Amino acid sequence: MKKLGTYMKRYGLLYLLGFTVMVIGTALDMLAPLITRRIIDDVIAGGRMELLMRLLLGLLGIGIGRAIFQYIKEFSYDYIGVSVGYHMRRDLFRHIQTMSMDFFDRHNTGELMTRTKEDVDKVWGAVGFVGILSVEALIYTVLALVCMFRLNPYLTLVPLAVLPLIGFCAVRMENGLGRVYDQISEETAELNTVAQECIAGVRTVKAFARENYEIEKFSRHNQLFYDLNMEQAKLVAKYQPLITFWGKVMLLAVVIAGGMMVITGRMTLGALGAFSEYANNVIWPMELLGWLCNDLASGAASWKKIKKVAQQTPQIKDPAAKDTQYNNSPETLRAHYSTQDSSAAAAQHNGTASGALTFEHVGFSLDGHEILKDINITLRPGQTLGIMGMTGAGKTTIVNLLQRFYDVTEGRILLDGTDIRDLPLAKLRASSAVVMQDVFLFSDSVTENIKTGCREEIQMPTVEWACRQAGAAHFISRLGNQYETIIGERGVGLSGGQKQRISIARALAKQAPILILDDATSALDMETEKAIQKNLKELKQSTKIIIGHRISAVRSADEIIVLENHTIAERGTHEELMALKGRYYQTWCVQYEVENATGRTRTSGQADVPVGNAPTCRKETILCQ
Amino acid sequence: MSVNSIREDEVIRDVSKKETLIRLYRYLFAYKKTLAAVALLLLVTLSITLMTPLMIELAVDTYVANRDTAGLMRLAAFALLLFVLYILCTRCWMRMMADVTNKVLLTIRSQLYRHIQTLSFHFFDSRPTGKILARVIGDVNSLKDVLSDSVTKLLPDLLTVIGVVCIMLIKSWQLALAALLALPFLVAGMFLIQISAHKLWQIHRKKNSNLNAFIHENFSGIRIIQSFAAEPERQQDFDRCAMEYRDSFVNAVRIADMFSALVEITWSVGGFLLYFIGIRIVGADQIGVGTFLAFSTYLKMFWDPIRNLSSFYNKIVTNISAAERIFDILDTPAEITSLPGSTALPPVKGEVRFENVSFAYSDEPDMLVLENVSFTVKPGETIALVGPTGAGKTTIVNLISRFYDVTNGKICIDGFDTRYVTLESLRQQMGVMTQDTFLFTGTVRENICYGKSDATEAEMIAAAKAVNAHGFIMEMENGYDTRISERSSQLSIGQRQLLAFARTMLSDPRILILDEATSSIDTHTELLVQSGIAAMLQNRTAFIIAHRLSTIRGADRIFYIDGKHILESGSHAELMQKKGAYYRLYQSQFECI
Repeated sequence: MKKLGTYMKRYGLLYLLGFTVMVIGTALDMLAPLITRRIIDDVIAGGRMELLMRLLLGLLGIGIGRAIFQYIKEFSYDYIGVSVGYHMRRDLFRHIQTMSMDFFDRHNTGELMTRTKEDVDKVWGAVGFVGILSVEALIYTVLALVCMFRLNPYLTLVPLAVLPLIGFCAVRMENGLGRVYDQISEETAELNTVAQECIAGVRTVKAFARENYEIEKFSRHNQLFYDLNMEQAKLVAKYQPLITFWGKVMLLAVVIAGGMMVITGRMTLGALGAFSEYANNVIWPMELLGWLCNDLASGAASWKKIKKVAQQTPQIKDPAAKDTQYNNSPETLRAHYSTQDSSAAAAQHNGTASGALTFEHVGFSLDGHEILKDINITLRPGQTLGIMGMTGAGKTTIVNLLQRFYDVTEGRILLDGTDIRDLPLAKLRASSAVVMQDVFLFSDSVTENIKTGCREEIQMPTVEWACRQAGAAHFISRLGNQYETIIGERGVGLSGGQKQRISIARALAKQAPILILDDATSALDMETEKAIQKNLKELKQSTKIIIGHRISAVRSADEIIVLENHTIAERGTHEELMALKGRYYQTWCVQYEVENATGRTRTSGQADVPVGNAPTCRKETILCQ
Repeated sequence: MSVNSIREDEVIRDVSKKETLIRLYRYLFAYKKTLAAVALLLLVTLSITLMTPLMIELAVDTYVANRDTAGLMRLAAFALLLFVLYILCTRCWMRMMADVTNKVLLTIRSQLYRHIQTLSFHFFDSRPTGKILARVIGDVNSLKDVLSDSVTKLLPDLLTVIGVVCIMLIKSWQLALAALLALPFLVAGMFLIQISAHKLWQIHRKKNSNLNAFIHENFSGIRIIQSFAAEPERQQDFDRCAMEYRDSFVNAVRIADMFSALVEITWSVGGFLLYFIGIRIVGADQIGVGTFLAFSTYLKMFWDPIRNLSSFYNKIVTNISAAERIFDILDTPAEITSLPGSTALPPVKGEVRFENVSFAYSDEPDMLVLENVSFTVKPGETIALVGPTGAGKTTIVNLISRFYDVTNGKICIDGFDTRYVTLESLRQQMGVMTQDTFLFTGTVRENICYGKSDATEAEMIAAAKAVNAHGFIMEMENGYDTRISERSSQLSIGQRQLLAFARTMLSDPRILILDEATSSIDTHTELLVQSGIAAMLQNRTAFIIAHRLSTIRGADRIFYIDGKHILESGSHAELMQKKGAYYRLYQSQFECI
């Protein structure tokens, strides 16, 4: 994010245009009474009818001129406001996108939405029309003061005495409003979060028949929002009339003081008339002041919130982004992304990453809690690692560390011999494809979902290939518009298994050197899972990390690790672990014991399977779906 | 299913603007008394404002000209008094009006939210969360100005215009008519502008909604985006959304800004007509210099409020599309409601009966998902649902909880047709656990007790222990009072599932539905949880869609669902003997050996 001024500077010329046009419009405004006076003096009183048409046309011309200038003025400020808002929003969005996971752990979606939407809109209001109106009001006031001073410097002391009072009121109001708007912006984020969660989790709400509870929760925030808005309204109601009051008092004081001067003969009556006219001209900017303060305070509060987000730096720093970090002009921005693009593309297509992976004494703690310690893994390109372990043992954390969602707190992770912290983030992440445990799909077409991250590179044949590999091609062909079918938010409308297959296809389509499946087949039926596993085995060039609860998912891996108590408890090939008779063996027993039991229902020939090969089938075999 | 994505604009029903406005103002007129008081106060402040120039005139022309210092002072004192009155009145009406406006917004927002809660799954399935949010928050907020200006600006301006017109007509009806001749021109112009401006504002609000939806989805799925290094293309998409939003605004103001230009032109045309008709047609001598002079002042007094009125009109045109979008939701019927006269379902024993149930989603009425399904489940039975993906297993359990209504036939629980009992009483006795577990921002305690807010500490801990969650909860910073956030990495997916399990367990449902509920729990944890699950299944009717063979085999009956029907049903042993679809499915697992 840049300074507010930088955003506005880009539209310097437009500001200037609007400003010029405003000045001309004001000048024309002054001209009109002159023409009216000539019509009355020369035409009506003087009887010079031949002048009438010319003067009237002049009047009409002024009107048209004013209309044009007015339009240009309003349009250019609207244009500036919305454009500044656009650039600001773009930069803010870009900034948030580069933030690391810890930031997203701390900030709810509802809050981030408020910052990028409502808050930017408010700032835009302040830099556009409101900003320029304040300038206009200021100019008006200064001009009028100058005119007054030329008419009568002593009498000018009156407005000069009152103006600071008005300024004082305005500052007080601004301060108070700033505080309230600060809270309003905060509460908007809260309201957004509550509503967002309830709507996103509507299935849970309805399943527990907790609609009333949710309504109450929302009502509390709604009420708070009302209270804050009332507080704001009361502040405005306190100061706004006061400001107008001082304006009126000033006018009155001018007339009284001027009147006394006229009475004592120090001023002419005509001069007083003119003076009071000018004083009258200062009143509207004063009346506007309260309103302007309100909007400016609101914009300022929002800007503060935006800045707070913008000032946070990602914990995970991208070594590639260092040089562009403080220079966000659109050109460098584009260049920044395009280098990322090409490096991502290069990583995939030129095979810059071969997929050799090493964890050296990796440890990780979060908020003082140790999650992983002393993890050592070596994977040669094309090898497969299986990870097992209890719920919460840190299996997914290994993936998070590998993709640098978090940085290791001990040891290091090497990709092709390079510490991943020295690799450009985009390149690192482009060299691995993850099927996450919780499937997230975008409300977009199937194709677009599968192309995520490589929209330019992936062609339709690859999409179809990936879907076939993931066992998704069949059901996709039965969807309304096949690959172009829009799937709802988070894949609404698809069953769990279907969503999972699309998410597997998405990872496969990326054709990255490292493929990570984090409990990726939990919702799949038996046959599909088997077919997918077979297809995966054929991807010999990819290094694979498979996290699973089922022996069958990991048993053919080159190495299997079992996590327990934050570290690797057992490791080895399937046969080695079986021989070890530890945790892995116990798991196998649980899954195999049931096999023995079910074996009785099967034909006798198949029942006695040698121990080493048998556990492909398991207790928790997917049977349904 | 027709699904609206972030790329498309929503479809909004066409309602006449008049209707929308009337409906909007109905909210305002609920506060008739306050509004009347505001109007009264406005009259006072308006007259003080109008009196100010008169007093100045009086001071200069009379007292100063006559060198009457005492009179001048008297006037000053009087004026000061009036100004103080002005402050008081203004403060009063500003507060009252703010109160009314904010209350209306409060009402609309809570009505909207309340209504959204009653809407059926179909509504949520077909649009992104961000778009619904845009209406609850953004669209409601944008009504604020329209509502308060409707009273505080409209009224004084209208009064001023009427007053000035009256004075003009009395002074010289010919001149007045001449000056007013331009007015139809203004009205026609505003009407024309309004037609296209309204459409453009509608588009703008839709783009606003798209942008909102995009931002929502982006931050919800940030992990996937970062993992796939998809930031550049998301940024591209965002830029497009933001650009469309900006362009739609620019397009709208391009037309809407003509409002004030139009007023300027009409003003000068009015002036032109005044002098032209006054001098050329009526004749200057007929009217008199003084009247002309006065009229040029009146003209200004007339056009200022007209300018305000037209900008108010502009504001209405700008924001009415927000009101339309709000009412569009309020008018979406809640497809599934407690029917009038429906009674509370008494404590359920657990008999579930499907009688010739057919079901099709309402937007695809020809595509039956279930056809003539009939079965009876005895109280306490555990039923496992088996079959290929998309066969309708989830549909069956969704129908039991009445998340959708049957198209034909009926579903009875203990003999009560589910459509004729209150929704709350029905769903409170159901425990549904789905595969994607949703936890709310809040403490662990709040989440576990979500279905039973009056649970005791002991009950909560017992539930947590039963699902083996107590251990890791106690390891967390503040135990049960640890706050969990939306994306928080404190909990793994499996742990989240365990919490959801505890939540369902604690709610002690009479009928339990587990829809792939334990998919992310590992074998060991499952072993530890198993006794908990077994206890949970005891003595209550349960429907289970699961992968765990043990659970399926342990079920009292297994339904094999395919091709819109229940193909086979019976115990594991029966179905194995039958050597049908279930047998084949069961056997297929051994092919991997």
